Amino acid sequence: MKVLIPSALRSYTERGEADACGATLGAVLTDLERRYSGIRFRIIDEQDQIRRHIRLFVNGEQVHDLSQPLDAKDELVIVQALTGG
Amino acid sequence: MARKKSIPAGRKQRPPGRARRGVIVLVSTRKGAWLFHGDAARRTWRTDGPHFLGHVISHLVLDPRDARTLLAAARTGHLGPTVFRSTDLGRSWKEAARPPAFAKAPEGEKGRTVDHTFWLTPAHAGEPNVWYAGTSPQGLFRSDDGGITWSPFSTINDDMQYRKWMGTVQDGTPDGPKLHSIIVDPRDPAHLVFGMSGGGVHESADGGRTWRPILQGMEVVEGFDGTEPTPHDPHCVRLCPSNPERMYQQNHCGIYRRDGPNGAWERIGRSMPKRAGDIGFPLVVHPRDDKTVWVFPMDGTTVWPRTSPEGKPAVYTTRNAGKTWQRLDAGLPAQQAWWTVKRQAMTADAQDPVGLYFGTTSGELWMSRDEGRKWSCMARHLPEIYAVEAAER
Repeated sequence: MKVLIPSALRSYTERGEADACGATLGAVLTDLERRYSGIRFRIIDEQDQIRRHIRLFVNGEQVHDLSQPLDAKDELVIVQALTGG
Repeated sequence: MARKKSIPAGRKQRPPGRARRGVIVLVSTRKGAWLFHGDAARRTWRTDGPHFLGHVISHLVLDPRDARTLLAAARTGHLGPTVFRSTDLGRSWKEAARPPAFAKAPEGEKGRTVDHTFWLTPAHAGEPNVWYAGTSPQGLFRSDDGGITWSPFSTINDDMQYRKWMGTVQDGTPDGPKLHSIIVDPRDPAHLVFGMSGGGVHESADGGRTWRPILQGMEVVEGFDGTEPTPHDPHCVRLCPSNPERMYQQNHCGIYRRDGPNGAWERIGRSMPKRAGDIGFPLVVHPRDDKTVWVFPMDGTTVWPRTSPEGKPAVYTTRNAGKTWQRLDAGLPAQQAWWTVKRQAMTADAQDPVGLYFGTTSGELWMSRDEGRKWSCMARHLPEIYAVEAAER
């Protein structure tokens, strides 16, 4: 699955696009963590909640639940929320 | 509470013949970190930074046990908190594999999340690679591998009594309640102290297995019950390295000294000049003289402006453990300077005479080579300064 990475997280991926696998949003993020150690905790907190200033979109629709089923053809976009002005 | 080994009180001289070393001043800001490398005379400084430009750096600390490992507590506006580690004095950095994080709550219960790591303390000299961290909201964490992996430490993070004393996020300081001033007794690694804003000062004699509040003698805001830890707001607690039986505290309600393992806190700030008052955030102890302390008063009247009183910043010192205080403002702006100094943003080196350093909310770094008699500005136009540490190298 294609994952678009915001600038704030490119210190992990070194590029704006990454690949990750998984049947759910949570599994994809776990795979992303396996490939880029440390990246998951910057966007998901220790209670498995999406951090306050992070938004996740799948095929243009915002998703909130890590159990959301995903397909290999989906596109996940990680966005820095516009909460900073 | 018996201690394993005593260190005689009073002033000590630098060992004869020991070469003076350079000093590194570590500056943490709202927008990154800077290192200032000074020569032995502390007259020329090389600026190294910014590191982590745009990151909120709450604390940057050099490990005195190896003089080359740095830990930086970091977060950004969007991303969660982490800790970065360098083993080459900041030439390269690596992120902690497991930063401080609370335990995951059982299904159906609401757990806490670390907003930022606020405080870092290297453990005892005899415990290499052990570090402690304090977070916001209040949590206590420990690393046994030099800051690579962190785990909740002791029981306080989930202890219902401590959770009650910590209060809610709304009970804390404006940018979140903080666990700070983690102190390790140089005589005994099992003797630990920390402060909570709010929640009081707490002490352990058994390596963190059990804790007790140390509140006797402390004042609280009028109308609250001072026998309960919750309304106590320590801003900065320091233990004297030359006499670990003595602690000083800058509190929301004044400046205090405590002597002996069971002593009461005494409000030594009552002898501060009225124009300055005894409200402030940082407090610095002399590395070799347990009677000498420096504070930086701020305006804590009316709506708490948190500026220098009357816009005239000054450090105050006592040389007699709080009986009398002297104003030290030579070289500082004489008027219309409305900045102040946060609790981690003032420190001392171990040279003789002691060098003092403080960073301001307006991004200025000031120093004194002579224990505060004369001040000079080392750097201007930095972001808001959160913490300043000095280390020998």
